[in-house]
Amino acid sequence: MATPLSLRVVEAEARVYRRTWRGSVISSFLNPVLYLLAMGMGLGALVDTNLPGGIDGISYLTFLAPGLLVATAMQTGAGEGAWKVMAGIKWAKTYHAKLATPIGIPSLVGGHMLWSGARVLMVSVVFAAVMTAFRVAPVLESLLAIGPAVLVGLAMAAATTAFTARLEEPTGLPLYFRFVVIPMFLFSGVFFPISQLPGWLQPVALFTPVYHGVELSRAIVVGTTPAVTWWVSVLYLASWAAVGTLLTVVPFRKRLTP
Amino acid sequence: MPPLIQATGLTKRFGAFTAVDAIDFTVNAGESFGFLGPNGAGKTSTMRMIGAVSPITEGLLTVLGLDPGRQGPQLRSRLGVVPQEDNLDEELTVYDNLMMYGRYFDLPRSLIRERIDELLDFVQLSEKRKSKVDALSGGMKRRLTIARGLINEPDLLILDEPTTGLDPQARHVLWDRLYRLKQQGVTLIITTHYMDEAEQLCDRLVVMDKAKIVAEGSPRELIERYAPREVVEVRFPPGVLDTVADRLAGFASRAEILADRALLYTNDADATIRSVADAGLEPETLLARRATLEDVFLRLTGRTLVD
Repeated sequence: MATPLSLRVVEAEARVYRRTWRGSVISSFLNPVLYLLAMGMGLGALVDTNLPGGIDGISYLTFLAPGLLVATAMQTGAGEGAWKVMAGIKWAKTYHAKLATPIGIPSLVGGHMLWSGARVLMVSVVFAAVMTAFRVAPVLESLLAIGPAVLVGLAMAAATTAFTARLEEPTGLPLYFRFVVIPMFLFSGVFFPISQLPGWLQPVALFTPVYHGVELSRAIVVGTTPAVTWWVSVLYLASWAAVGTLLTVVPFRKRLTP
Repeated sequence: MPPLIQATGLTKRFGAFTAVDAIDFTVNAGESFGFLGPNGAGKTSTMRMIGAVSPITEGLLTVLGLDPGRQGPQLRSRLGVVPQEDNLDEELTVYDNLMMYGRYFDLPRSLIRERIDELLDFVQLSEKRKSKVDALSGGMKRRLTIARGLINEPDLLILDEPTTGLDPQARHVLWDRLYRLKQQGVTLIITTHYMDEAEQLCDRLVVMDKAKIVAEGSPRELIERYAPREVVEVRFPPGVLDTVADRLAGFASRAEILADRALLYTNDADATIRSVADAGLEPETLLARRATLEDVFLRLTGRTLVD
């Protein structure tokens, strides 16, 4: 998919991003700071007092931070696949403009995924820096934890794009965020272990990409042993990204080059 | 020299709907070729097949000697496309839009920079170089879209309804620019439902209606073939027209009775006007003009182009 022309698509996205990067960088810095302060330290103090030994023997802040890194990457990935894709197909029709040039559907989709990955990477790097500043983990572990975060971001970008590409109207997007993205953010083991969920909900959480990413990133940062073998989780996340990308190509072809 | 575009039995179907029904046409290098027809005639579908963004259903199509189905990217690298709806990046500047588009063709930045200077000059937007696109008027956006379509110095420029939605002044500025391109030898394909546009810009055109080509030739040829030299348009108050329709028809070689007026086709407009007056008819307005492509279209399909 990564033909040289998809790099031209990435370049174009970067040109558009350049216009708003300041606000975006500030929010990707403030977001983890606020969350780690409020949840990690504020709520965390309460958890640590009432749960001697913490969760799995670590402080709540240390438990939360690597999970939140992944959850933030997930939201960024989902964001890249939503309104922007709708605009490209339907509102500003910038995808149509690209397809009138040598860029074809594979380069368009490939470039979109590469750019989404780049955005997730940017947000994750900032998050990792904040995590280090909060003394949750040494620099190396923080940086390594970016790996699973980017995988989750890509998985969600691909799945969300495949979803958006099938929408005629944007009304499905707020619903998607309310009933898929936010529940995934809250109930996939970021804020508390999924063993706290009602029994019937645990297998559902087990299938979310966030759960696998959180387990991997926590293993890297804290040294916990994931319930699922690490390479199974990596393959699982990679297949989300791959299948999502393939499922994007079909509706893109149908709608953009009928 | 082989033709730039050769279409034989070209067909496009969307499910059960036939958008383009086995049409044949040829476009030669340096020619300005038009597709004239009402909305829904199949013009845009034809353009999209030529532009290699819509696979053909049946028939043969060669553009610049290439097969749009199998050599799409290669073909598109030599085309310029000005779509019906502007799809510029509204949040970016004029300059950024052109730079970004040039990069899709994998052109080096320095070359694109040179071309941007020339093209902005050509479409008279040099002062708008740093303006954001959403601040431009409709006419300016169209001109920018044309500049964008020329960034790769295409062998063929495809314009889909280039002046639809523009005010008369903006249309004339645009026509002037397109006329210059034509003078420079750029091959143009233009779709339009404005007959004056087709008359101004096209060396040769096909008239499309309901997915088929119903006539082909130069604007002059088509008018000579399908319409007498002159037309007298007479307007009557509502209700009156029907009562005098039969008598009006007697004063011309052919008459078309429309909702609000009658068109009297004649080789001698003065004589026809005299006959109308002699018969004691008093139309609200009376106008003699030369026959146009609109009359050709009306003759061929029984309908007007723009309703």
